Amino acid sequence: MRFKNVFSIIGPSMVGPSSSHTAGAVRIGLIARQLLGEQPKTVKIALYGSFAETYWGHGTDLALAGGLLGYATDDARVADALEEAERLGIGISFFKGVGLAPHPNTAKLELTAADGRTAQVLGASIGGGTVMIHEMNGFDVRCSGEYPTIVVLHDDRPGVLASLTARLGGSDTNIGYMGVDRKGRSAEAMTVMELDSVPDAELLAQLRQIEEVKEVTVINLSGRGA
Amino acid sequence: MRFRTLKELTAISQAESKTLAEIMIEEQAAETGVSREEITAQMSDYYGKMKAAVRLGLSEQNVSRSGLSGGDAVKVLDLAENGTPSSGDPSSRAMAYALAVSEVNASMGRIIATPTAGSCGIIPGVFVSSQERFGWSDEHMVNGLFAAGAIGYVIANNSFISGAEGGCQAEVGSAIGMAAGALVELRGGGAEQAMHAVGLALKNTLGLICDPVAGLVEIPCIVRNGLGAVNALAAADMGLAGVRSAIPSDEVVSVMLEVGAAMPSGHRETGQGGLAQTPTGRKLTEGLMRGRKPLQPEFEEPASGQAETAAAQTVHTSE
Repeated sequence: MRFKNVFSIIGPSMVGPSSSHTAGAVRIGLIARQLLGEQPKTVKIALYGSFAETYWGHGTDLALAGGLLGYATDDARVADALEEAERLGIGISFFKGVGLAPHPNTAKLELTAADGRTAQVLGASIGGGTVMIHEMNGFDVRCSGEYPTIVVLHDDRPGVLASLTARLGGSDTNIGYMGVDRKGRSAEAMTVMELDSVPDAELLAQLRQIEEVKEVTVINLSGRGA
Repeated sequence: MRFRTLKELTAISQAESKTLAEIMIEEQAAETGVSREEITAQMSDYYGKMKAAVRLGLSEQNVSRSGLSGGDAVKVLDLAENGTPSSGDPSSRAMAYALAVSEVNASMGRIIATPTAGSCGIIPGVFVSSQERFGWSDEHMVNGLFAAGAIGYVIANNSFISGAEGGCQAEVGSAIGMAAGALVELRGGGAEQAMHAVGLALKNTLGLICDPVAGLVEIPCIVRNGLGAVNALAAADMGLAGVRSAIPSDEVVSVMLEVGAAMPSGHRETGQGGLAQTPTGRKLTEGLMRGRKPLQPEFEEPASGQAETAAAQTVHTSE
């Protein structure tokens, strides 16, 4: 079953005009902001396929900016998001994506924080406001944002996954989906886990104590016009 | 969910003497682990937003960002209130309300996707006008949304609800079927009558292509929402009158899948065929594109001394 509940049929609550070009774009922007962990200072956005062709009429540019500002899909401020970003001193520039994209409605976002830290997301809007992230910070990992999601940057060493899942099991947290990608053997790796419940601060602290773990980030769109 | 087809949904309703709404609420609670109260509160919030969109769409001339559409809902409401609409007062009101919500959508206003933004006018058009006419409570209407959701859940999982996948039959067609079946239940009809109304409605939109001018959710989407609301009222009447869909509704849904899968890509939301590629459709598109600077290729750094020019060529640079 592709559609699992009644609110994927009646819903989401959103500002128009297109569930895939507008609501989905807000969600991609939100996920990128959450991956960075704070409001970005500059953002470069590449639009692919139908996003690049029709962004101006669907407000895809406003929607992505709205997500980057932390707005939900039905926040009326989405329509003025680019002006608000400018007022806040956030530089957002749009480009046409080059090369192949995983879906006709795809955007690539490169965010830089005030202190120079960066985050990168490649996301597709697959219909009805639902999104699929295909890449985070150069790692080939997936998530939809519909479930509370833990993103872990760690060293590629034997036993790291066991350490992670043991701590989740210990806090009675169930994993619905899990993906791992690494830059190379024994190099940096990223593990993404979609969970059935929101991870609490104690669990996150436990994960950060694992020696090989470098960063733990939480992505969660539930309750945000989802 | 305990049902995958409209037939199974009808069987549960008859065996357990439950409305489609009751079944949907119970199944939603079981599937998500969220309480019945929270689920109905969320749907109630959505219905409030649908009514707000109707009001907003009728209170002012909502012009879209592209300038291609807006102002038609007010014209039809004026005919309903001050003229003699050929389709009758209730139909013309449903039409005005549906146009209103779709115009709000096109102008970046807040709507509920039912099942998508492109088809967001039909259910509010039918529901809000019928509530006024029959004096129903909000609670009754919220139940109606669950009934519509149950029907849409079956259609979405056995066929399509997006124009990019299955054409407009999947968006506007699904919304008409959902509204028609739900209206039968709201008016006291049984599940079987509701399902026949769904099948009757879907038959009338089979093959409908998705061919928006310039790829935007405006021409012909808004008008199709207005006319779709009228179709839903008519299909509900057929169901309540006892008209049966000779081809069972689940089989009609499977035809939607068959037709949508065979539809050329030019007729699936790409703007490459149909009304979008008529001489006028092309002219409107060219008008919108005129003076619009193309996006720079991805992340190309401007050569030194040309930074200002390059920045001007990107659509929005807020640095």
